[in-house]
Order: sequence, then C-alpha cells, then structure tokens
Amino acid sequence: MPEFEPVLLANVGKPDSQTLRAYEAAGGYQALKKVLKTLTPSDVKEQTKASGLRGRGGAGFPTGLKWTFLPKDHPGPIYFCLNADESEPGTFNNRILMEDDPHQVLEGLIISCYATQASTAYYYMRCEYPTAWLHTQQAIDEAYAAGYLGKNILGSAYSLDVYLHRGAGAYICGEETGLIESLEGKRAWPRIKPPFPAVEGAFRKPTVVNNIETVACVKHIFDRGVEWFKSIGVPPDPKNPRDAGSYGPKLYCLSGHVNKPGCYEAPLGLTVTELIDRFGGGIWQGRKAKAAIPGGISMGLLSAEEFHCPLDFNGPGRFGCLGLGTAAVVVMDETVRMVDYLFNSCRFFSHESCGQCTPCREGTNWATKMLARIKQGKGRLRDLDLLAEIGETIGIIPGTTICGLADGAAWPIKNCIKKFRPELETFIKSTNPGGWMETKPVPAMELLNIH
Amino acid sequence: MARQRILTDDMVQAINAYIPRYPSKQAVTLPALHVVNEKLRHVPLQAVVEIAELLGLHPAQVQDTLSFYGYFKQDKPHGKCRVWVCRSISCALRGGEELLDHLCHAVGVKPGETTPDGKLTVEYAECLGACEHAPCMLTDNTLLKSVSHQQADEFVKGLK
Repeated sequence: MPEFEPVLLANVGKPDSQTLRAYEAAGGYQALKKVLKTLTPSDVKEQTKASGLRGRGGAGFPTGLKWTFLPKDHPGPIYFCLNADESEPGTFNNRILMEDDPHQVLEGLIISCYATQASTAYYYMRCEYPTAWLHTQQAIDEAYAAGYLGKNILGSAYSLDVYLHRGAGAYICGEETGLIESLEGKRAWPRIKPPFPAVEGAFRKPTVVNNIETVACVKHIFDRGVEWFKSIGVPPDPKNPRDAGSYGPKLYCLSGHVNKPGCYEAPLGLTVTELIDRFGGGIWQGRKAKAAIPGGISMGLLSAEEFHCPLDFNGPGRFGCLGLGTAAVVVMDETVRMVDYLFNSCRFFSHESCGQCTPCREGTNWATKMLARIKQGKGRLRDLDLLAEIGETIGIIPGTTICGLADGAAWPIKNCIKKFRPELETFIKSTNPGGWMETKPVPAMELLNIH
Repeated sequence: MARQRILTDDMVQAINAYIPRYPSKQAVTLPALHVVNEKLRHVPLQAVVEIAELLGLHPAQVQDTLSFYGYFKQDKPHGKCRVWVCRSISCALRGGEELLDHLCHAVGVKPGETTPDGKLTVEYAECLGACEHAPCMLTDNTLLKSVSHQQADEFVKGLK
C-alpha cells in the first residue's frame, strides 16, 4: 500500500496557515479555478457522486447523491448551509480546519455551491468558537477581495455570497433541519421529514446542508481527482448491501485517557487500536484501556476487547454501536466507573434535548435522574431494566421522535447495559446493600430532591 | 409616559445591516440578540420588544427564540468576564468537573451565577469542541487549555 499523505491537515500548524497568501502558496484555489474553467455544475455533482464521498458530519450520507435530490432547473434560489455547529462531545476536527485552514473550507464550499448552483451560502458556526469565527471572517473578506467570492467569480458567470451566522449554544442546531429553523430565527426544533431540505429547506426553498470536513474533502477531490479519492479507504462490504463504501481520508479526533490526544488524519478504516497506539501514544499513565466511544458520544460504546473495530462507516455498527458518527474516539482507562460515564452521557442529552418530542424530553430526563440516584447509592437492579426500556423506546429507529438526538441518547444506555451490566449490578448492590432488590416505584418527592 | 429606548442608534444600525443578508427579517433574530448581548451582557425584555419592532415580528416570537438558547441572560447582565467550563465526557475524564467545582469554590458562586463584584460569571458548558486540550474552559474569546487548578486560580487573580 502506498504511504498515506495527509491532505486535510497538510497546512495545519504551519505559520500564518489561516491567511490567503499562505494558502495560495501551498496551491490553494487551484481546484476552484479548474472547476470554474472546465466543468459544468452537473459534472461537479457527478464526479462528487462517483468519488463515493460520504458526509463527515455524522450520518454518512453520500454527498453527491444528496446534491442530486435538488429539483432540476429550479427557477428560484437554492440555499447552501454549511454546518459548523460542531458540538458532538469528543469532536473538534471542524474547529481545527476553521482555525488553521479556513480557506481550504471556503474553497470546498465555493465548489460545492457551484455544483448545487446556490448563490447564497450561510455558514452556521457555533458561538463557542471565537478563533475559528475570527479566522473564517478574515478568510471570507480576503476571498471577496481576491475575487473568489462575490459577483462573477474569477470572471465566470457564477456569483456567490457567503454569510457567517452565529449560533447561540444549542447542540440540536447540528441537526440539519434544526439548523435551518435556527437560521430562520426560530427555536431549533427539527422538522418532520419528508419534505427533505433538498426539496423544502431554508426559507422554504431547496437547500443543501453539508459539514465543514465534507466540503474540505470536495476541494481535494477536484485537486487530485476521483481516482485518488477512491484509492483511499475501504470498498463496500459485500455482506452488507446497504454499505456504500468508506472512501477517502478522515479526520479522527482522539481524546480521553491517551498520551497524545489530538486530531489525526488517516484513511477510513483505521482500527481503534491503531489510532490509540500509532497516533495517540498508547493509554496514559501505563494503565489499561477499559472502553472507548467510537465516534462521538451518541454512537455508543466499545469495550476494550472490541478495539479491533475498523473506524469506517460500516465498522462500529458491527459491534452494536450506532455508527461511525464523527469518528471522534474517546478512550476510557480501567479506573473509569461506567456509572459515571453513563451519567455524563445522559446528562448531556437531557440538557441538549430540544424538548419538542415527549419521549426524548422526558426519557432523557428520567434516565439522568435515575443515574443520579444510582450514583448516590440509592440504585435498584430494576433501574437497569427501566433504563434499557428508555433506550429501546426513544428515537427515530423505534419511531417515536422526529430527529436522531434521542437515538444518540439511547445508544450509550443500550451499549453500556449490554456490555457492562455485571459492573453496573455490582455497583448498585454494593452501594445500596439494603435496597437494591426493591421493585416498588420510587416516590416522586424523593426524586425531586436529587437535582 | 414613553419608556426610554434600550437599543442605541449604533445597535439599531448594526441590526439593520444584517437585514439584506436574509430573505426574511425573522432570520435576523439571532444576529440582533447577539448585537444587544455584546453591548449589554444580557437581553432585557424591553430590548426584545424593540428588536421585534425592528424586524416586524411579535415580541413573543423573539422571546420564544431567545428562551430556547442558553446563551442569552435576561434578568440581569452577566459579569464583565464570562467563563465556560466544559463538563462533557472528554473533559470530565480529565478533571473537568473538579475544575468547575474548584473555580466555583474559589470565587464563591454556583454555575450560572455572577460574583457580587460583577467581575465574573461562571457557567458550565457542554462540549466546547476542544477535547484534545481537556480539561478546557472558554473565557470570553480565549480558550484556556489543559487547565490546572493553579492556572484557574491565576485566571481569577488576573480578573479586572
């Protein structure tokens, strides 16, 4: 296998990497020039489709295919929303791209907008990224001044305006229809689909929502070609007819109990062990690993015995996880109590549930309350069954909620109970020797005191 | 008697500058809330009414949006500095919760509260997206990385 050469992180960490001058010196905006001169928008769409690029934001939907869902020859405006509301716990690759190489993102964005014939792009960034905001706004200003944005880009007939839009601290804005609602100035309540955004999205017009890393990949597909992109990664699993393959480079975020946490670029299909040993410098303090989150907290949990799991779009699912998600791996060493991990996860989702669907709003809150009670030494074995019941009944997959936030809340619960039930039972029995066997409902007043 | 306006001419001008960017005026709601919040460090109800007037909305629409996002305070301004301490999983694994506790004890407030001298508001945050620097905290526009308790103390000492 030829040695892998990082492209997404190639400029990251170099001096002045956020400036137009440095970006152009490293060959920046050549792909855009080539695209505008030699390709039609539908060529760009078709080549992106042929590359097998799948969305990097979490769902892994084929990007080119998403673009082809836009109505053909649509007379009115088409909007492009760039999703920079990165908030999945463990994930920080978008932040690094926006802080250290904002022009790379912009070039990919402009090519993607050209493909979809959007003339306005909203760059929706979470408000907790002040440096990324500053560098991106500077990059946009530079790009306008250099003729990469605005009217008749580089002398072509294509015009595009890009506006930064600032979020206000809500995880749900990363869900594409939540983002659209938020952009429109409303509470970020996800919409029932269909209609999908490609048909009716922002301001009721056809809309594409793509992630930062996705459009950065688009730039490289048109720099280096479809064949180059397809030469990296993993072809579709013949045993899974629904697997569309996992092609291209991926930014893996590694955090938690490793020696060298960081963002690392590798071909899709790297295993958890390889990521920890080759990039992360092993588990910290000479300890052993106990578990890892495979792709952001909503994806569930791998036990240390499952670290041979390949981190491609198909891999984590084979180990009972929800999927690859954002490929953010959070490693936990042998000292971590699973009850603490699960409480942290449940508290996050109950805090971030938008409150629109009752099963999610109430389910995530009850799970958090139960875990708080278990942690206080008032747990009962029966609580694990109740938690499992919440895990099985909230989400798009059981069909009780509008968006996938609840599935993301459910998976850590389900995986943790399945893979670490003996530990949870031991914890409950040892901390509540007099009451773990109780099965009567817990009085509501007692629960109210917990928070 | 007419109530005194809260939005200054500068704020109105800044808000109006956003209007051509969007096909609907309602889309200017979040930018407008940010404009006011940056100046006043909170968005009082009267400002909500005035934003609604500017954008041709019912005040309830603006209030509905404001109340959804955890970012905007309404009752009183947050401190001169607002610090967000991350408590999500990657930070929690490396002492994020203890850092939040330590900081709260050091200045004598609970998360969400402001010190009596008005210098500092301490908040917990869900994932700040800087997990490689856990435990981290965001102070206004600066990210503090791999923060020790000692560094947190120095940060408090350096407050103006």
